[in-house]
Amino acid sequence: MSRRLRASGHFRTGYAQDLRLVETRGERWSLAVFLIALLALPFFASPFLLDLACQVFLASIGALALMLLTGHAGQISLGHAGLLAAGAFTAGILFKEVNAPFWVTLPAAAGVGALLGVVFGLPSLRLRGLYLAVSTLALHFLVVYLGGEYETRRGFSTGVVIDAPTLGGWTISGGRTWYFILGAFAASTLLLCLNLLRSGTGRAWAAIGANETVAEALGIGVAAHKLLAFVISSALTALAGALFAYYRGFVSVEAFSLFLTIQYVAMIIIGGIGSLLGAVLGAVFVTLFPYGIEAVIGTLAGAQRYAGLLFAVNYAAFGVVMILFLVLEPLGLVGIWRRVQTYFLLWPFRHRPMAGSRR
Amino acid sequence: MRSLRLPVVQLAVNIAVLASIYALIACGYVLVYRVSRVLNLAHGELMMLGAYMLVVTASQFSSHWPVAIAAAMGLSLLTGALVYLFLMRKMTGEMVLAAVLTTVALGTLLRGVMVLVWSAQQQYPAQALDVANTSIALPGGARISFFAALLILTTALVYGALLAFLRFGRWGIRMRAAGQRPLLAAQRGIDLHAMYALAWGLSTMTGALAGILIALDSGLDQTMAIVGLKAFPAALVGGLDSLAGALLGSLIVAAAEVLLIHYVDPLLSEVVPFLVLIAMLVVRPWGLFGTREELDRV
Repeated sequence: MSRRLRASGHFRTGYAQDLRLVETRGERWSLAVFLIALLALPFFASPFLLDLACQVFLASIGALALMLLTGHAGQISLGHAGLLAAGAFTAGILFKEVNAPFWVTLPAAAGVGALLGVVFGLPSLRLRGLYLAVSTLALHFLVVYLGGEYETRRGFSTGVVIDAPTLGGWTISGGRTWYFILGAFAASTLLLCLNLLRSGTGRAWAAIGANETVAEALGIGVAAHKLLAFVISSALTALAGALFAYYRGFVSVEAFSLFLTIQYVAMIIIGGIGSLLGAVLGAVFVTLFPYGIEAVIGTLAGAQRYAGLLFAVNYAAFGVVMILFLVLEPLGLVGIWRRVQTYFLLWPFRHRPMAGSRR
Repeated sequence: MRSLRLPVVQLAVNIAVLASIYALIACGYVLVYRVSRVLNLAHGELMMLGAYMLVVTASQFSSHWPVAIAAAMGLSLLTGALVYLFLMRKMTGEMVLAAVLTTVALGTLLRGVMVLVWSAQQQYPAQALDVANTSIALPGGARISFFAALLILTTALVYGALLAFLRFGRWGIRMRAAGQRPLLAAQRGIDLHAMYALAWGLSTMTGALAGILIALDSGLDQTMAIVGLKAFPAALVGGLDSLAGALLGSLIVAAAEVLLIHYVDPLLSEVVPFLVLIAMLVVRPWGLFGTREELDRV
């Protein structure tokens, strides 16, 4: 994990301190305030805001999983929507066919995801870069086709309807309940990712991402760790897919188009490759983006005329934003955030001293 | 479906038409990849843009359809070059992923803009140009539409012209040099940016030609970009840097698609090219005629 610049007076004196997630008093306080705000939000927010928050949580799980794979282990994947679809359809099919409860379908979805992770990951043992991206893209189409085939064969041509999950007679429904459940899942995913990245596995991934040959020379099992990255990332993604299915109460292949993959890739690009904070920021940005566009269009004159074309405006604006980030700010939102931070930390100076003070 | 079994000759004709479509699109992927090492995932959208250019030129030159097609192709050539000069040039030297994602972003942008400008409704430029798409009877009870036949002919001509251009043309040789060893080529005084822009222009133009002929044959709507994406496995099966490979790859993919749709399941249409692609990636990732070292260079 890259350590960022800190205000002066903070020194680490041991390895345990180096691994700590929350280091300074300021960080502890801001984390506490942030958590309290998150916990208090559902008691003040409107149902619409709660829905947005739930979508952000779901997107964060998927984006964090993709960030582990692409941002840290350096394995490009364009099959993310396929994995989400696999999770959603596992939940949907198990519910429809054997009426399985959610505490069976969720682990099953994660299991299917892990299995698909091996399938998606196997090409990575032979292929690199572009060709790997292409093979995952091909697998995306395969998974979506299988989902569509199931829908057609069983006569659910518009999609599979899933009832709200129940736990001992208590039905999970309502925005506030979902907010806490999805929030807990997103927070656990974040913690899992943070811990993975500061363990030996995470360091092995970083080495593979930086240079495969060197990683191998260092004694890292490259093949095993690549597969592991695919398995963990895919299991998390499929879990997010299953949660999405329960949250919406509905599964359909229509929801898992190539554009969804593009959106997830955009999340890690816009957020900033190689940073978990970036994955979350990207998830927030990409999820809220269409609503922002809608709001902007709504304020313009003659908004009704564009109502039917809203998705097109959305596509176009999304493409522009992605291009702008790729060309002008490859470090993403995190890059901007770090720059602002550094500016204040260094004030009144513009640049950090030449050497010595970096760590 | 089974009761409507088509004669073998008709199947062969269908394969030939689909293979020509894929081949004409796939050569765009190959051109750009061979010269600038970028996989252009916006090719489907650029091709669709070319077809919409025809809608524009059709209203200008409604009585002379060859003129309208030529004008649309010229506009596409310009568009491709501009895409390189104003967008892709900034991505040279970046990560592979960044360049590919830039094309993906461009595709998303184009898709939105095209709906905004021309709406999502199906358009029939053939009606605007007032050309009849007559059906030609072939021996053996098969039929082929006029524009489908024209498509096969065009593909043959385009491939002949491109192969000759790359082999004998002065600019073609420069383009190959820029693709093989950019540094040496630049030192010999070849303008790399001009070569890359030319490759993008030619690629967009051939793609547009495919889009125009498909639009004339069967109308134009948002699904055309998917056809563009389905042609890309054909390029990869043949080897991403080989034109002859793209031709053979298209034939394989088209044959697999037509036969599987006909004998197994019509729903397979969307996935067959990608199934062939997965099989190829497992057996021979660099494609039938591709260069093997490419794998480690990307």
